[in-house]
Amino acid sequence: MALALLLAPLLAALVLAIVAPGPRATATSVAASGLVLAGGVALGARTAHGHVVQALGGAVRVDALSAVMVIVIGTVATLATAATGRVLGDVGAGPARRRAREYAILVQVFVAAMLGAVVAANLGVVWVMVEATTIATTFLVGHQRTRRAIEASWKYAVLCSVGIALAFAGLVLVYFASAHAGGGLRGATLDWSGLRALAPHLDPRVTRLGIALLTLGFGTKVGLAPLQSWLPDAHSQAPAPVSALMSGVLLTVALYAILRVKAIADVALGPGFVRGLLVVLGLASLAVAALMVIAQRDLKRLLAYSSIEHMGLIALAVAAGTPLALAAALLHVVGHGLVKSVLFLGAGEVHHAEATTTIADIRALLRRRAALGGVLAAGLVALAGLPPFSLFASEVAMFRAEIGAGLGWAAGVALALLVVVSTGLLRAGRQVLLGPGERAADRVPRRALAPLVAALGASAVLGVVAWPLATLLHGAAGALA
Amino acid sequence: MSGLAGALVDLAAVAVLVIGVAGLWRRDLRALVGLLRVQGLALALVAATTAASEHDLGLGVTAALVVVVKAGVVPTLLVRVARRDPGAREAAPLINVPSSLVLAAALVGLAVVVGAPLHALAPGRAAALAPLGLATVLVGYLLLVTRRRALSQVVGLLVIDNGVALTTFLLTAGVPLIVELGGTLDVLLVVVVLRALLGTMRAHLGDVSLDQLRELHD
Repeated sequence: MALALLLAPLLAALVLAIVAPGPRATATSVAASGLVLAGGVALGARTAHGHVVQALGGAVRVDALSAVMVIVIGTVATLATAATGRVLGDVGAGPARRRAREYAILVQVFVAAMLGAVVAANLGVVWVMVEATTIATTFLVGHQRTRRAIEASWKYAVLCSVGIALAFAGLVLVYFASAHAGGGLRGATLDWSGLRALAPHLDPRVTRLGIALLTLGFGTKVGLAPLQSWLPDAHSQAPAPVSALMSGVLLTVALYAILRVKAIADVALGPGFVRGLLVVLGLASLAVAALMVIAQRDLKRLLAYSSIEHMGLIALAVAAGTPLALAAALLHVVGHGLVKSVLFLGAGEVHHAEATTTIADIRALLRRRAALGGVLAAGLVALAGLPPFSLFASEVAMFRAEIGAGLGWAAGVALALLVVVSTGLLRAGRQVLLGPGERAADRVPRRALAPLVAALGASAVLGVVAWPLATLLHGAAGALA
Repeated sequence: MSGLAGALVDLAAVAVLVIGVAGLWRRDLRALVGLLRVQGLALALVAATTAASEHDLGLGVTAALVVVVKAGVVPTLLVRVARRDPGAREAAPLINVPSSLVLAAALVGLAVVVGAPLHALAPGRAAALAPLGLATVLVGYLLLVTRRRALSQVVGLLVIDNGVALTTFLLTAGVPLIVELGGTLDVLLVVVVLRALLGTMRAHLGDVSLDQLRELHD
C-alpha cells in the first residue's frame, strides 16, 4: 500500500499532460510529492527494525535505507514543487505555455526516476534509473534557454553520461564475477542482496576492477572530485526548484548506489578498498570546494560548491563505514537535503526580486527584505554547520565516528577544509545580508517563504531533539554494516 | 562455439576496436557518423553470432535491438545534424592525429594489462577478447576529450557505449534483458536529448563548436 503511493509522480505526470499550467497543475505536483513523503514515512515505520518490504516478484526491495531516501526525495520534492508557480510565473499562451507544461511533467518524471533508483532490487535497474534522471534533468537545466543554460546542460549531459557509462562497465564486470562465483554453480545476478550473499565467492581481481569503475562512475553523479566540473554549471543555471532537487537529493541518490556497491565490496574485498577510494575522492572534493568558495562571486555557484563540500564530508563518513558513521552520514543526507533546498529556493527568490545572483550586486537584504533575508541568514548558518541545526549534529557525529574508525587524520584535514568553506559561506552571507538600506517596495509573498521556514524549523528540530529519525537511521546503517 | 562462429566473433570484435581507432583519424563529421554505423553493425554481429551458437534468445533480441538503435536510428539522427553544414570538419583536435593514434596504441596495451584477470577467471575465447571492449572504451574517451565539435563529442560518447556493450556481449553473453533494454533506451534518449540541444545551440550560437562554450567558469 505504502509502495503504491510512490507511483504518484508518474500519475501526476500523466495528469499534467492534460491539466493546463497554472495553480491547479502546481497543486497536482505538490500533492504527488506529498504522497511520496507519506509513502516514505509509512515505509520507514515498517522497515526501521529490519523488516524488508518486497513487491513485483522481488523486483522492488525496500529496506530502512531505501525508506530514508524516499523520505528525503518526498521532502525536497514537496518544497521544490511548491515553488513551481514562482519560477514559471504567469504563463500566457504559445511557447511559454508549452514549456511550462514540459517543465512540470519532466519534474515528475525526474522524481519518479529517483524513486525507481532507491527501491529497485537490481543494480542494473538502479543504473538505468540514475541515467534516466540525467535525461530528465538535462532539459530542466536548459529550461531558461539562455546561452549559459544551454552550455550547462550540454556539459551536464555529456559528462554524466560518460561517468555513468563507466559505472555500466563496472556492473558488467561484477556480473561476470558473479557468473563464475564458486565454480559458476550459483547463477549470475545483479541483485544487490543476492550479490551480497555471493560476495565471499566473487573473484577478487575482477571484482576490484568492477567496484572501482562503479564507484568512480556513480561518483561522477555524486559530484565527487575530480569528476565534479559539471556540477557548479548545472546547479547554477537550472531553475531554482530544479537546483534544489538536484543538489538536495539527486546527488545523494547517486551516493545511495555507492552505498549498495560498498556493502558488496566490503564482503568481497575487505573494507579497505572502497574506504581508500572514498577517502581520496572525499578529501579531493573538500579541497576543490574550499578553493572555489573563497573567491566565489555568484550566489548559486557558491551553493553548488558547498554541495561538493558536503558530498565530500559524507563520502568520508561512508569510508569510515561503522554503523555510527553511516547513521551520521544519513542524518547529514537528510539535513543537507532540507537546508540546501531552502537556500536554492531562497536564491531563486533573490533572483526574482533583484534580477541577479551576483554576490557583489546584492546588499542589505536583512534590512530591505527582512523575511527573505532572515531565511537566507538562517540557511547559511545551518549550511556552515553551526548549531542548532542538524548539520552541526551530524558533522560532529561523523568526525567522532571517523576518529573511532582510525581515520582521525582524514577527519582533521576535512575539519580544516570545512572551516575554510564555512568562512567563505558566512563572508558571502555578510556581503549579501548586512548593511544599511531602505525597505523594498515589493515583497516576497509569505506563501512562498512559509515552506522554507518550515524546512529550516525541521532541520533545527532534528538538530536539537534526540533525532526523531534515530531508529530509522540506525536501522538503515544496520542494513549496510 | 564452432570454428566458423568463433572466427566471426573474433573478426567482428576486432572490427569494433579498429573502427573506434579510425574515428580518431577521420575529421569529416559525416564520415565519423558513418563509422559509427558500421561499428554498430559489427557489434550486432558479435551478439548475433554468440546468440546463435549458444541458442540464447535474449541475446538474439538484444542483437536485433543493437541493429535498430546503434546501426539505424542513432546514426540517422546524427547524420541529419551533420548534413546541415556539409563538408563540416573537425577543425583542429587538441592532439594531432598521429599523436592520438600513438596514444590509442598505448591505451590498447593498457586495456590488455587491465583485462588480464578476466581471462584468468574464465579461460576461453570470449574472455580473451574482452580487452578489445575495454580498449574501445578508452579510445572513445580519447575521442571525446580531444575533439572540439559538439557532434564529435556525441560520437565519442557512443564509441564508449559500444565498447561497454562489446565487453558485455563477450564476457557474459549480455546482462539480464531488462537491464539491456533499459540501457539501450537510455542511449537512444541521450542521443535524442543531445540532438535537441545541438538544435538549440545552433539557434542561439550559430556554428556548434565547443570553443564557444566558454561562458561558464569561475
